[in-house]
Amino acid sequence: MNPEIAQYYRVNKLPHIWCPGCSNGIVVRSIVEAIDKAGLDQDKTVIVSGIGCSSRAPGYMNFDTLHTTHGRALAFATGVKLAKPELNVFVITGDGDCTAIGGNHFIHAARRNIDLNVILFNNNIYGMTGGQYSPTSPTGTKATTAVYGNIERSFDSCKLAQTAGASYVARGNAFNTRQLTDIILKGIENPGFSFIEALSSCPVYYGRRNKKGGPADMLKWQRDVCVTQAAYDRLPEEKRAGKIITGVLHHEPQPEYTAEYAKIIEKAQGGNG
Amino acid sequence: MAIPAEQLKSPVTVNLAWCKGCGICYSLCPTKVLIGNELSKAVVAHPELCTSCRVCEAHCPDYAITVEGGPKR
Ligand SMILES: Cc1ncc(C[n+]2csc(CCOP(=O)(O)OP(=O)(O)O)c2C)c(N)n1
Ligand code: SF4
Ligand code: SF4
Ligand code: SF4
Repeated sequence: MNPEIAQYYRVNKLPHIWCPGCSNGIVVRSIVEAIDKAGLDQDKTVIVSGIGCSSRAPGYMNFDTLHTTHGRALAFATGVKLAKPELNVFVITGDGDCTAIGGNHFIHAARRNIDLNVILFNNNIYGMTGGQYSPTSPTGTKATTAVYGNIERSFDSCKLAQTAGASYVARGNAFNTRQLTDIILKGIENPGFSFIEALSSCPVYYGRRNKKGGPADMLKWQRDVCVTQAAYDRLPEEKRAGKIITGVLHHEPQPEYTAEYAKIIEKAQGGNG
Repeated sequence: MAIPAEQLKSPVTVNLAWCKGCGICYSLCPTKVLIGNELSKAVVAHPELCTSCRVCEAHCPDYAITVEGGPKR
């Protein structure tokens, strides 16, 4: 491990439990690099997760960490942030954790615009439980619960976050690590609900069943289909199909929940607080 | 006299204890410095070709690679 990043890991817990070629480790590295670039105090930074392969990440990260219950990371993180608004609070969540069982927490945390940095590891499948389809599995995805192909339409979790009220929304991927670090950093700088979807890869359940090749092929696929909005706009019509737009998708500062709540406390105490 | 490749100090090193043999690094290395051994784990075959670009280090999901020098990330 490069000594530049070692301080951010519980090195004695490595190697981690993830399968060979699972991109979770790559995304975690972008998170710690963004934290490093932002100059956040490690002792004032909390990482909260739910349940899933991706949600195991905080166990390897050298911060104050909370590994909570499935779908409830945002509820725990809301509690931490409200009790101690001075802390930098990050949420690591999977597509199942965030948009299936945790979907209600997700839209309401976004609506409140509470100052959390949420990184959704989107591998389009439930990894931990053996490859069931998730709300972000594309239509037609083969999964243990959809052996002939998934007939459901999928969520665009970035659009969902934006519509629900998130003040910052961005998408990156595990191949373009510089872009991913950069959009997480911009999310840290936004005082409000910052939602970052990181396209990740589960070579074992999603990859094998859907014939996506090995771990490197899945990263190269991300390289080939992901484009920024500016690059997309320059593409001729016939080359646009199947492209995924990455980069900052939405940024519109809004009143932040803990700051508004502090005003209510002040008012209720009549300035005698 | 040129230093033989095997004696050259390599900018890139692999921690084989952490490497899971996923193949990402030797598939992405632009100059084919790394190759897979019989366990598919990464070994430095051509250190003299390494440009210290750090692509392998950035994409190793297991933090098994360290590149000395190269661009600050
Ligand atoms: C209340 C509850 N319901 C179901 C489960 C089983 N379960 C564990 S992880 C998981 C889904 C994980 O998928 P995702 O959130 O996408 O994370 P990944 O493992 O793919 O990173 C499920 C259904 C659980 N642990 N708790
Ligand atoms: S099951 Fe999939 S998501 Fe889970 S560790 Fe393995 S490759 Fe990663
Ligand atoms: S630093 Fe670049 S050139 Fe050197 S081994 Fe890694 S990927 Fe190859
Ligand atoms: S990317 Fe890392 S884990 Fe994968 S083969 Fe290379 S050194 Fe090993």
